[in-house]
Amino acid sequence: MSARALLRALPLICGALLAACAPMERVTLLPSQDGSPSAVVIKSAGKETILDKPYTTDTISGGGTVTSSQEQPEAVRQKYASTLSALPQRAAVFLLYFDTATDVLVPESQARLPQIKAELASRPAPEIIVIGHTDTVDTQSYNDALSLKRAETVKRILIEAGIPGERIVAQGRGKRELLIQTKDRIDEPRNRRVEIRVR
Amino acid sequence: MMNRFARIACFAALMSTVAAACAQAPDQPAGMIKTSKGTTAIERDGKKTPVTPGAAVLASDRIVTGADGSVGITLRDETLLSVGPNSSVWLEKYAFDPTTHEGALNATVKKGTMAVISGKLSKQNPNAVQFKTPSSILGVRGTEFVIEVGDGE
Repeated sequence: MSARALLRALPLICGALLAACAPMERVTLLPSQDGSPSAVVIKSAGKETILDKPYTTDTISGGGTVTSSQEQPEAVRQKYASTLSALPQRAAVFLLYFDTATDVLVPESQARLPQIKAELASRPAPEIIVIGHTDTVDTQSYNDALSLKRAETVKRILIEAGIPGERIVAQGRGKRELLIQTKDRIDEPRNRRVEIRVR
Repeated sequence: MMNRFARIACFAALMSTVAAACAQAPDQPAGMIKTSKGTTAIERDGKKTPVTPGAAVLASDRIVTGADGSVGITLRDETLLSVGPNSSVWLEKYAFDPTTHEGALNATVKKGTMAVISGKLSKQNPNAVQFKTPSSILGVRGTEFVIEVGDGE
């Protein structure tokens, strides 16, 4: 082999060597909690592969080739046990409602407060996210301000109930996340709610 | 002439530094450490910070674990991440607007394993969330999954 030919082949040789040294990578899809379809889109070596069956593993070789294999759920859970067991707990969600045009919680919502405190006590490094929601009666900017105000009110109620304020964040989501889907400008009490997420 | 150019360049450099500092100032943490086991560390600005439940995770942090280590993180949009043993994960970029749910999440698994339960960012816009490995880019479509970057085996 002439020096020139060797030089020309160099990128190929290097590529092959790099591929041999490159780590093997695996992506395994888990079922989504609510059973809805989900997928991971893998872009590797200029190609796209869609991983959309739970407990399927896509193995990406050093050269970027992707191969699929179906795994046993138990085997996946065992293989990744130490990683999966470190996943934080999902948020616990509570919905609170007010007496019409007041800052007073309806009795059913009042009764939720001890449950929220118990949930808080059961978690490591707990946070409470208080999210205000509105119905579609008013404009976006008006509802953004109103929803934040409702969240701040609930934050005050939680502090009065003995929850440390520094653990609580108040947020407004306006009319972007309706519980009951309605057209614009619809008065719907079930959409005028405050959502509490303990996480 | 040269002198004037140098002065302008200097001023421009200064302004961009100020702009970068201003942009960073109101940054909120990206998330919070919820679980930690064994040997773990957060690498920030070249320094190692201990990983304890309740500690803040910031954009550009690296999470590093030893053979017995694991870390669980809840990001502000409720993306849940866990980093397994012998791993190194870089939280490259993070932003989340709690009102609109817009923002960005980019994280790279350099080695080891990471489990993901996607949150509000990817629900709002799947393209806002991207995970990388040394060879690939992963996009999520409402997903729970595990990424493993082996050591040549």
